[in-house]
Amino acid sequence: MRKELQLVFRHDGQLALIIAAMALIFSVVSPAFRTTGNLVSLMENYSVMAMMAAGLLVVLVSGGIDISFAAIAAVTQYVVALILINAGGNWLLAFALAAAFGGLLGVVNALLIYYLRALSVIVTISTMTCYFALLMFVTEGKSLYNLPDWFTDDLTFWSIPFPVLVAAILLIITASILSRLSIGRQVYGLGGNPEAAKRMGSNVLGLQCFVYGYSGVMAGIAGLVQAHRVEEVVPNALIGRELDVLAAVVLGGASLAGGVGSVSGTILGIVLLAILQNGLTLMGVSSYSFGFVTGLVILLSVSATAYAAKRQARSSARHAV
Amino acid sequence: MPSKTISNLAGARRATFTEWLERDPTVTMLCAFILVAALAFGALTPARFFSGETFRAMAFEMPEMGILALAMMVPLMSGGLNLAIIATSNLSGLATAAIVTSLIHPSSSPVAVAGVIALALLAGMATSLLIGFITGCIVAFLGVHPILVTLGTMTAVKGISVYVTNGGVIGGFPAAILWVGNGTLLGVPVSMILFIFCAVLVALIMTHTPFGVAVRMIGSNEKATRYSGVATNWMLVGVYVLSSLLCWVASIIMMARFNSARAGYAESYLLITILAAVLGGVDPNGGFGRVLGLFLSLILLQEISTGFNLLGFSPHLTEAIWGATMLFAIFIALVRNQWSLRLWRSKTAQ
Repeated sequence: MRKELQLVFRHDGQLALIIAAMALIFSVVSPAFRTTGNLVSLMENYSVMAMMAAGLLVVLVSGGIDISFAAIAAVTQYVVALILINAGGNWLLAFALAAAFGGLLGVVNALLIYYLRALSVIVTISTMTCYFALLMFVTEGKSLYNLPDWFTDDLTFWSIPFPVLVAAILLIITASILSRLSIGRQVYGLGGNPEAAKRMGSNVLGLQCFVYGYSGVMAGIAGLVQAHRVEEVVPNALIGRELDVLAAVVLGGASLAGGVGSVSGTILGIVLLAILQNGLTLMGVSSYSFGFVTGLVILLSVSATAYAAKRQARSSARHAV
Repeated sequence: MPSKTISNLAGARRATFTEWLERDPTVTMLCAFILVAALAFGALTPARFFSGETFRAMAFEMPEMGILALAMMVPLMSGGLNLAIIATSNLSGLATAAIVTSLIHPSSSPVAVAGVIALALLAGMATSLLIGFITGCIVAFLGVHPILVTLGTMTAVKGISVYVTNGGVIGGFPAAILWVGNGTLLGVPVSMILFIFCAVLVALIMTHTPFGVAVRMIGSNEKATRYSGVATNWMLVGVYVLSSLLCWVASIIMMARFNSARAGYAESYLLITILAAVLGGVDPNGGFGRVLGLFLSLILLQEISTGFNLLGFSPHLTEAIWGATMLFAIFIALVRNQWSLRLWRSKTAQ
């Protein structure tokens, strides 16, 4: 366990170094990069992604994967917006509705995975298809523009934009759950060794409901905040983001095998992608090249991690002999 | 879905009809689904579902996703996944399209046209070969999880396509290429013939070559396969090269059908191909799967799509039904496995 912890810290440390180096280069090359305004808008742009990433991280740590969160975000966004437009409400109600509805759809995933004994990736691809296709079928792809004023008005708290504040709170909650609460430690246990977790008395069904429900809650709130940011609800705006978010979480050191991953790493993963794209834009590089650069960074990062793990395994095997 | 049931282990001496059905329960289930769906659609839209026109439309629509699903199936059977199939198809399509549109002029002689098309097809093939080779090497020699590698290659390859085209479209092909997408040979669409050819080829490779057997063994247990003296690394490289080559064939059909190439075509197919393969009995954990099952699952999906289209429903409802079909199929497989397990237990208890 301690060895794994060291690996996590080393991964975080390396990422932080790379980010610091990039930030330094960009701020020297482009004075626009280091302005407060740029950094704040950068954080605002990536806040929705960070919320979804927090939910996905918890699922990855538990040893599963959730592909349906963007679809959940889209469905929740639409349903909550409809309720707010027709019945009115306030922020408290909006958050409660988004969390409840997103959580419900997430728990459906968990129940299907548990009772059908199927791989989470297959089940969540199926539910993603169902959720999103039904949304498009029922709404006929129509966008909602007439959101209430209180909902779309820009909010800042101590000059922090509202989406950034929400993302920060959700990330802190996620970190506390994963590292401080018994249920969080059990999620690590489930991801590390499901059989051992079962024998230690973890309630696997309950844990899975928590994990996928949590991902759903995060996605629901992310959808809500996205609607607030762009002041409209477009049914297919969030779809297709699944793999981007997955890339960010994986860059942050989470393992697809489960049991490994941290909120700090996830934040660093998102910051890396954000700074890279922002810095390239400000240096005048065509935005058409982002995809290639992002893909290259993902490939290099996962290859370096795997290579380090392989070398460590080999050297420890040699020591054992 | 595990395609192996306990009942297979009981050891049948003479195969009766029921035993033949039980030998590959996935195929039986899919045949039943296809039959039920055909009867239902036939009853709801009499004279329109069972018509030559409908079947031809289905035959034109199926090959594109079919070949992509084959490209997904091969890595799935090795215990991996290839998320880059659509990106690979689009980039090799773009390479082909760029050469064809820039070198062929209205005044070109037929021989020159044929030469350029051959060159363009080779360029497309080389592109997909290279992508597959790089992907395979990272998976095999660095031991990175295939989801992560192909997530990276997908992003990078799509990035190259977007960068090269600035998000635009390359279009306007000679008739010979369009014929692949829209022409028929003896009444059968050319693309369908290509698809069947690929399907038979993949089936033969997976069952009758040392490579195919090794791939299925790797999917079951990579370590055991390596310790049995199989060069698993190179086999894995081969898996992604084969998958990419199938993407190249898909890219030709896609180009011909759309009469253009673009960075973002057919992206919604990516996750559907996984559904199609798993619905067809390919074990997502690797090791098991038959091309016949995949073929039947594609027929079922296409049947649902065409049937609902005839009934006047939106394509979105079709997709929702696809997702539900998948969940239902997992449910049926679970019930069947538990039932045969109980049967086996009661037999052994006696």
